[in-house]
Amino acid sequence: MPQPTTPSHDSQSEAKPAAASPTPTPGTSTAPSQLGPETRPSGELDHLAFLYRQMLLIRRIEEECARAYAEGKIGGFLHLYIGQEAVGVGAVAALKPEDYVITTYRDHGIALAKGMPARAIMAELFGKATGCSKGLGGSMHMFDREHNMLGGYGIVGGHIPLAAGVAFASKYRGDGKVTLCFFGEGAVSIGGFHEGLSLAALWKLPIVFICENNEYSMGTPLSRSMSVEDVTTKALGYGIDRDRFFASDVLEVEQRIAEAVQRAREQSLPTLVEIRTYRFRGHSMSDPAKYRTQAELEEQKKKDPMHRARARLSAGGYAETRLKALEEDVETEVADAVKFANESPEPDASLLEETTYSGPFAY
Amino acid sequence: MPRTLRYREAIREAMIEEMERDANVFLMGEEVGHYQGAYKVSEGMLEKFGAKRVVDTPIAESGFAGIGVGAAMVGLRPIIEFMTWNFSAVAFDQILNNAAKVRQMSGGQFTCPIVFRGPNASARQVGSQHSHAMEHFYATIPGVKVIAPAFPADAKGLMKAAIRDDNPVLVMESETLYSFKGEVPDDQDVIPFGKATIPRAGTDVTIVAYSRMTHVALDAAAALAKEGIEAEVIDLRSLRPLDEDTIIRSVQKTHRCVVVHEGWPYGGVGAEIADRVQRLAFDSLDAPILRVTSLDVPMPYNATLEQMCIPQAPRVVAAVKRVVARTSSFTPSGN
Repeated sequence: MPQPTTPSHDSQSEAKPAAASPTPTPGTSTAPSQLGPETRPSGELDHLAFLYRQMLLIRRIEEECARAYAEGKIGGFLHLYIGQEAVGVGAVAALKPEDYVITTYRDHGIALAKGMPARAIMAELFGKATGCSKGLGGSMHMFDREHNMLGGYGIVGGHIPLAAGVAFASKYRGDGKVTLCFFGEGAVSIGGFHEGLSLAALWKLPIVFICENNEYSMGTPLSRSMSVEDVTTKALGYGIDRDRFFASDVLEVEQRIAEAVQRAREQSLPTLVEIRTYRFRGHSMSDPAKYRTQAELEEQKKKDPMHRARARLSAGGYAETRLKALEEDVETEVADAVKFANESPEPDASLLEETTYSGPFAY
Repeated sequence: MPRTLRYREAIREAMIEEMERDANVFLMGEEVGHYQGAYKVSEGMLEKFGAKRVVDTPIAESGFAGIGVGAAMVGLRPIIEFMTWNFSAVAFDQILNNAAKVRQMSGGQFTCPIVFRGPNASARQVGSQHSHAMEHFYATIPGVKVIAPAFPADAKGLMKAAIRDDNPVLVMESETLYSFKGEVPDDQDVIPFGKATIPRAGTDVTIVAYSRMTHVALDAAAALAKEGIEAEVIDLRSLRPLDEDTIIRSVQKTHRCVVVHEGWPYGGVGAEIADRVQRLAFDSLDAPILRVTSLDVPMPYNATLEQMCIPQAPRVVAAVKRVVARTSSFTPSGN
């Protein structure tokens, strides 16, 4: 039985980003090529505080989801984003509001990062009419037209060509928008990934493919699901740019994704980015994660990018009182979302036909 | 002044007119551009609209079907050509899980105004993997519409309606109909879905068909007329939505129903029609509803065996005679 591999800094050093960009040493908080928040103008510190707040909001929403699931208020599958917050928050921070985001079934965190209200997300999870998808989508299908959140999708890799289509539309219209497409490393083995990348490369579409490599494709470690360790080698075959790094620092995620976003926006070129991350919970609520050791998990938790962001804020002089106020504010928002979801009405059956077809039902 | 057009020309005219009308409409598929279409349906369109709107793809049905769905979600109106519907099997997930469901799973926020089109069912001796009648799989899916025109005028009017529809519409054409000629009005406008036609009226039996099988049904009806049996032929044109009113009204008049389609007998459009007729016109029926379908085997290459597998007029005639001749003794249904 091969031991699951954890991301090592040695393997990271093999990554060769195609972009001629600074390559911060992963897993450290003192990346020499990057301006630390403590040396930035105060606006930068406020920006980090904003990102920290988003990560904390996701963490706390997800924890409440787990609780509500245990109480039977959320049904079906529930895939939590705990541990991976820096990926979604950092990446989406590199976008303009009008840019598009599309992702997998592990979508609550990215939906929050894209600006969707916690109320709409929690109500959707509770299956209520006030949810973003009126309670018809559930955990895996977070959509918000207003925020250009194009959804979470439940078929691994199936949304990747679709994301390329969104980028195709942007290029067709020349609207200058960029599409971020998230997926796990488990999607790299399925055809949708390859056809999506192949066409995006062929047609030079303004898209960033973000592989959130959280080490486990459900219960199967990377070493048993892929013939190569570096996901971004797949970019070579399609002749597109690539980047690869650890999600240890949310600001680094933002900066590195911003480079890919810029390439998409200004040159209409796709990029494949692999972000190494780690989920602290099982694949879904039914997964006790017996395929990894407690020691491995504890080791990863020590590197929690959310805690690291908080520490950097403190070190940078962001007042503890302000941090506490921010955290209390998050608690209020989470409690409000849960209360809202609890008190919202169930969807009416009349929704079923009108949401299946635009116009008269076709029977 | 009606003009005589081939089926492929009628489809091409519909696409051209809609592309001229709406800049969001584009055509994408394998060999649609430089090659002028594998079956020449899109001939001349690349020259007319340019490579931005007539887009050649690599062989990646799942990929370009997904591209179409994504583009449709944000406001374009793609026409995705499958070189044949057989090849849509590798894009089935995109149609089933994305195109058909995105509206419901987004709570109605996103629609998917997309057309998937191409030749369907048997051609001639192209073997088991290129002869599928795929409409049976797709017509079961809520969230999509499925049309299957038999005549050039219908092909044009329904294709225009498909392109303007805000839902995914699957257009089942036929390689063996592409050269079929028919009159098309100069001002042929959209034909609404869910309206069958009665290309031949009759009193003794209702034959329900669509696509190329409408022509087989009409041949059978002509043969039956010589023997004094007047068959009414219904050309469905649209499978989902299905014009059950026209079928039921006809069966109430003839008291007998035979459904003809390509594709296997297990389940499918014919079974759906049989279910509706027995539910909605039970008291009108004087005989079991029979289905004339492709035989329940993969399509063989051998020309004789292939023709045996595909529904032919003599099989339709035989089925009609069984339901018309039936008096009191029950005969188990079958082909």
